Amino acid sequence: MIPLSETIGIWLGAALTLCVLSFLYKDNPFFKFAEHLFVGISAGYWATLEYYNMFLPNLWEPLTQQGRLLLLVPFALGILLFSRFTKKFSWLSRWPMALVIGIYAGIAILGYMQGDLFPQIHANLRPLVTDNWLTSFNNILLTLGVITGLLYFFFSKEHKGALGGAAKVGIWFLMISFGASFGYTVMSRMSLLIGRVLFLLKDWLHLVN
Amino acid sequence: MKRILEKLETLDRRIIFIFIFLSIAIPLLLPVNMDFSVTPPVRSFYDAIESIPPGSKVLVSCDYDPGSMPELFPMNVAAFYHLLSRDLKVITIQLWPTGTLLAERAMSEVLKDLPVKEYGVDWVNLGFKEGREVVMVSLGTSIPKTFPNDMHGTKIEDIPIMEGVNTFDDIAMLVNISGGLPGTREWVQQVVLRYHVKLGSGCTAVVAPEFYPYLQSGQLVGLLGGMKGAAEYEKLIKRPGTARRGMDAQSVSHIVVFLFILIGNIAYFSVKGVKKRLKV
Repeated sequence: MIPLSETIGIWLGAALTLCVLSFLYKDNPFFKFAEHLFVGISAGYWATLEYYNMFLPNLWEPLTQQGRLLLLVPFALGILLFSRFTKKFSWLSRWPMALVIGIYAGIAILGYMQGDLFPQIHANLRPLVTDNWLTSFNNILLTLGVITGLLYFFFSKEHKGALGGAAKVGIWFLMISFGASFGYTVMSRMSLLIGRVLFLLKDWLHLVN
Repeated sequence: MKRILEKLETLDRRIIFIFIFLSIAIPLLLPVNMDFSVTPPVRSFYDAIESIPPGSKVLVSCDYDPGSMPELFPMNVAAFYHLLSRDLKVITIQLWPTGTLLAERAMSEVLKDLPVKEYGVDWVNLGFKEGREVVMVSLGTSIPKTFPNDMHGTKIEDIPIMEGVNTFDDIAMLVNISGGLPGTREWVQQVVLRYHVKLGSGCTAVVAPEFYPYLQSGQLVGLLGGMKGAAEYEKLIKRPGTARRGMDAQSVSHIVVFLFILIGNIAYFSVKGVKKRLKV
């Protein structure tokens, strides 16, 4: 026996799913209702989560219960962010913004160089001749793709002659990779639809075990 | 014939939607269980977990939301099941707030099959922590300081599974179920090389092509891409779930999309001719 609360949840989920899917026919008030409901609930959910998961344990409780007065500095910086609501004091919000951007830029740049750029360059330096002809072919193809792809993005010289030819090969590699990405995107979107249809057929209508 | 082609060229998109819907609904109602092979990235993911000695601790970061549930939830369930059935200890965290309830739900499904597994001893949910990459780096310095309590508020020192867990050195492998940012890319950039962590990723099909280079460079030990990856993984662990269930619908809908692309192109070039079309 399914609990009543779960049954109500399933019917509500099914109704909202149908409201959203009704957009496929044309824009209508049911779709608008579901859309606005989603935006409103998401905003409320995020605000509540941030309050209980971020503000209370990281700032308010250590400040009031443990007396960690140093936390008044980030507290004050956080308050300054709200100065954007007034024209006169909006410049004050630049300080906390500068801090946030600076810290994130530092973390991201270091991570990108250390964890992405250098390992990927290293991974692309592969032997072109190996014992296995298939591996050799793959490595040659990879090297060719990387070099011609990079040449396509070399704009300091007009794409004519040998450079133009190599850039054209680069476009082919790029197009093939876009095609693969698009194929994966189709697969992903189909999966989402499968999830919704399965919910309607299984949980709501009980047509599927 | 020309009239049919002309009509096809201006076909109402809603007719295509009906065909797509039917191509998904019919295989779900009447499954034929089409067979499929296991690809090397999924096999590597499976092998990486199989190679971990029983009793070791594995960190599972469930970073996704209900929007990507059809793809990621099955692999989350499968990963939990695989880890616990091999007597590995699961420590789960979430860098997406919505991941907390999904991780709990995935674990409750697994516990139906493995009821002997005990909270705090075999698995623990440390909950959500805001801070994205900062949290990742912080985990490398100290896991207990980053997550001083579990999601129920129990202190980390009172949880048996967390005994001796301080940094990534005490973790045998990191599994990331990734729905976007922060996710696999950030774990690779911030943690893998810096702390020498083995990372396996389960991600949506949209971003899977972007993560293949990480697989080739050895920064990922395995990759589950989308529902297909999840279904292959379910096949390997011999526990068919919703991903396996969706594979028939996936295959049929792809054939329908392919046919529409083919017919659309034939109609497009047949009505005015290839030369005229290519001139435009």
